[in-house]
Amino acid sequence: MDLARYHRLRSAYYRLEGQRCTSCQAIQFPPRTACRICRERSLEPHRLSGRGIVYSHAEVAQAPRGFAAPYVVALVKLEEGLLLTAQLTDVEPEDVVIGLPAEMVTRRLQEHGPHGYLVYGYKFRPVLHRRKAS
Amino acid sequence: MRNVYIVGVGQTPVGEHWDRGLRELGASAVRDAMADARVERAGALYVGNMMGGCLNGQENVATLLADAAGLLPIEAWKVEAACASGGAAVRAAALAVGSGAHDVAIAVGVEKMTDGMPETVTAGLATAADQDFEASHGLSFVALSALLMRRYMHETGCSREAFAPFAVNAHANGVTNAKAMFREEITAEEFTRSPIVASPIGILDAAPVCDGAAAVVVCSDDALRGHHKPVRVAASAVATATIDLASREDILTLAAAATSAAKVYEKARLGPKDIDLFEAHDAFTIITALSLEACGFARRGEALAIAAKGCIGRDGGCVPLSTFGGLKARGHPVGASGAYQIVEAALQLRGEAGANQVPGARRALTQSIGGHGSVAVTHVLES
Repeated sequence: MDLARYHRLRSAYYRLEGQRCTSCQAIQFPPRTACRICRERSLEPHRLSGRGIVYSHAEVAQAPRGFAAPYVVALVKLEEGLLLTAQLTDVEPEDVVIGLPAEMVTRRLQEHGPHGYLVYGYKFRPVLHRRKAS
Repeated sequence: MRNVYIVGVGQTPVGEHWDRGLRELGASAVRDAMADARVERAGALYVGNMMGGCLNGQENVATLLADAAGLLPIEAWKVEAACASGGAAVRAAALAVGSGAHDVAIAVGVEKMTDGMPETVTAGLATAADQDFEASHGLSFVALSALLMRRYMHETGCSREAFAPFAVNAHANGVTNAKAMFREEITAEEFTRSPIVASPIGILDAAPVCDGAAAVVVCSDDALRGHHKPVRVAASAVATATIDLASREDILTLAAAATSAAKVYEKARLGPKDIDLFEAHDAFTIITALSLEACGFARRGEALAIAAKGCIGRDGGCVPLSTFGGLKARGHPVGASGAYQIVEAALQLRGEAGANQVPGARRALTQSIGGHGSVAVTHVLES
């Protein structure tokens, strides 16, 4: 059932945990049983930075069941070089452009899960303040 | 592998069939294809269907259709490859006959979408995407196409208007197809002004939600009869790519489409220049463009140049596209579309396409794509 399903996804959804291949060093997200690049099974958990830029974006006007339109979805290119699919939040659709710096935040993904509970996970928002170099 | 021939075709009109469900649509296409082939029985029935379970509450669709069509106790099972299910069912039938397991097999693609409420259909279509990492984040099927189209426009510098020729051509071809859902022309200006569904995708970029079924009878050399007008399945191939868009090496290269196209070209010993018509998976104009590039008709980022040259019409130039209206105008009953493409290509090669005939067509390419390029089924047919 969905409760167990989202529980299984907690590392990816809450901590943006992907995998690093100890054989070819490739990083992948979402997790797989084998490396997407070299096909080896030598994978260890690897937490992603959660920082990147908008690679492409779209505004959803007709939402699937469980979602309330309108909202913005995007492909985000992370600092690590890989792409990830997520909703954008805390931003007006007209302010979203390709190249916009964005960072991960934890938000409610579905207002009502299929059984009435709330599903939380990652979304991305524009970077509010440039971090000071330390 | 033995030679495999398409000897019978059947198709229902595509549209909103309020008076017909999965069983009536599927079984009538099957019986029409059998009547066309003049065969009374077959060894197996393969049914391409994507959403019987989530929209119609009906799995075991192949048994349902075998029963409804009066074919019991025939071997029958369902083939599912998202929007490419119909093409995959034809591939299954070709494998069954090619391998020698059966001398005659039937493939049908069927989808009954209009019984679902819009948000249920939207959620159903999104089941072709990665549930955990796309659909659960609110990505709809249209939104995934919009992500591709925006990136394509960003990289090539082209405008939304530049995609118009694909939709205009499909509608022009739909006018004379009695089975098509949309039988009226549209202009480039209407395309450009059409309401936006998920920016940059407008309503005239997208194929409609609808019902329909299409079927073929395939057979071996041994089962060919004098009255048949055989169309040979010169090559058939399926390939896959990552189920989510984000994991792909290059989201603007439909790797599964390119791989399956390369396989059929190699098997049939030909290339894009030898193809007389291409039934492409034009569910969205961006997918048409990416499909043309994947199949070698244009280089990466250059498909719109072909569209601009105006040579995708039936009277040729580059390659006639969507000759009966394609998914855009004939309609896109998802699990059936791949079978419609093959029925239409077979009619072209038999010289029975009427007003839609591509003069002198001898070789056709069909490509059915599921899940935004995660699976592609490609066929070369030869007269």
